[in-house]
Amino acid sequence: MRGRLFPLGAECYLPAVFRRVLVANRGEIARRVFRACRALGVESVAVFSEADADAPHVREADHAVPIGPPPARDSYLDQGALLAAVRSSGADAVHPGYGFLSENAGFAEAVSAIGATWIGPPPAAIAAMGDKATARSVMQRAGVPVTPGSDVLHDVDDAVATAARVGYPVLLKASAGGGGIGMVPCETEADVRKGFATATARATSAFGHGAVYLERLVHGARHVEVQVAADAKGEVVHLFERECSLQRRHQKVLEEAPSPAVDGTLREALGAAAVQAARAIGYANLGTLEFLLGPDGSFYFMEMNTRLQVEHPITEWTTGVDLVQLQLRLAAGEPLPFAQPELRQRGHAIEMRVYAEDPAKNFLPSPGTITRLRWPAGDDVRVDAGVEQGSKVTPFYDPLLAKLVVRGPTRDAAIACALAALSATEIEGVKTNLDVHRRILEDAAFRRGEVSISYLGELMKRPQG
Amino acid sequence: MATQVEAQITGSVWKIEVSVGQEVSEGDVLVILESMKMEIPVEAPARGRVAEIRVEEGASVDEGAVLVVLE
Repeated sequence: MRGRLFPLGAECYLPAVFRRVLVANRGEIARRVFRACRALGVESVAVFSEADADAPHVREADHAVPIGPPPARDSYLDQGALLAAVRSSGADAVHPGYGFLSENAGFAEAVSAIGATWIGPPPAAIAAMGDKATARSVMQRAGVPVTPGSDVLHDVDDAVATAARVGYPVLLKASAGGGGIGMVPCETEADVRKGFATATARATSAFGHGAVYLERLVHGARHVEVQVAADAKGEVVHLFERECSLQRRHQKVLEEAPSPAVDGTLREALGAAAVQAARAIGYANLGTLEFLLGPDGSFYFMEMNTRLQVEHPITEWTTGVDLVQLQLRLAAGEPLPFAQPELRQRGHAIEMRVYAEDPAKNFLPSPGTITRLRWPAGDDVRVDAGVEQGSKVTPFYDPLLAKLVVRGPTRDAAIACALAALSATEIEGVKTNLDVHRRILEDAAFRRGEVSISYLGELMKRPQG
Repeated sequence: MATQVEAQITGSVWKIEVSVGQEVSEGDVLVILESMKMEIPVEAPARGRVAEIRVEEGASVDEGAVLVVLE
């Protein structure tokens, strides 16, 4: 019998959503998607580069296809190799994970063109949200608040005039950007005059075109994001917020749900804005709306991630919804299995991203072989790991080793659980940021929930002890 | 006196920012390495002239490998 569970727990027997799903990714997220496939009675296909031949994700799939040499551009970013793997494996759907080609509209189209289903939003929605200046104006037209700012700037004089209108400080940003690459903060007109050329050059070298826009820099702001889910008929729900302010170099480090800064009224407003945004672009499947949340409770759309987020487990643990199973079901054309009033946020969850990096060497990546590995275990701990003892951590891919996710009935309980989980974790052979998490969890300001986007950078500058 | 400038990390050579014979000052970026999706600049430890470049763009390097020789 291939009985399967609805994400919310109601038993339901339906034909298999897909026969065989290929995951165009690696590491912990490939393993996470395979788990969902197994739960739904769907066969899984792994792809792997030469550097990953012995990786856990390759062994765990029902089928595995080699796709090329170690560098990502020759394997996990090689659309031709991936499409050939889809054909040769007989996969009828492709899950892109996050990163790599997950937000590449052309790849999503190419997958559909060979007759496989893209487990993600329509390519047009990916494209519209991929260009940050376009996304801003789309959201503005849809009535979603955006940070005071501009469309693409014509030249340096346009930048100066716009900055004066928007009000200093401002942030120059690459329109094709993401991950904070190429952003230039400016306090004065002189900064804008100097920074415009820098921002344009960085945008050109990183993304291939130099279009730049600017936004007001909101001091003391938090990064709060809202999970949405939409079906092919246009029904949209939100699954509440995640607090993602704790970042270094624009990479998230620790996330929690709910946000300690969001009360019931604000939660409803954020959720409504996110649903409105998703409707405005004809969205389907899972997506995340990132907002800047000012100290006064005002919020502004930053960008939309048109894929599964790294930090999805904290939403799963506070809503009881299996988001990856939901993605597969939605992609297969099933309607949303719940309406907004049926969704609740319960308890508190924290995700700690474990990176192979050396805090003593200014967080340089730390490749190597994991000689000893012990993870915590328990009902309130979840470890989504891409590695195991003996794994080689290569310089070719991002440094995320695992996500330690904990939960508790309250925020304090979740923090206590997180500290216990850290104590039970042992990683030898590569340097990691486990101690950074300990410092965060023991910090008085964090414990009071008083954080902003600049919090972690400042905490790391403070002498220890 | 020659100074050997080494890779501080295992990765690949993303960009070489100098050419042989070029005068450099302390702190100038000689080479940019890439590891785990991060760009890691390798700076000149002191002023000097680039006597030798021992790597090519795209090459893999181990921690401690000599990238550039200054004199």
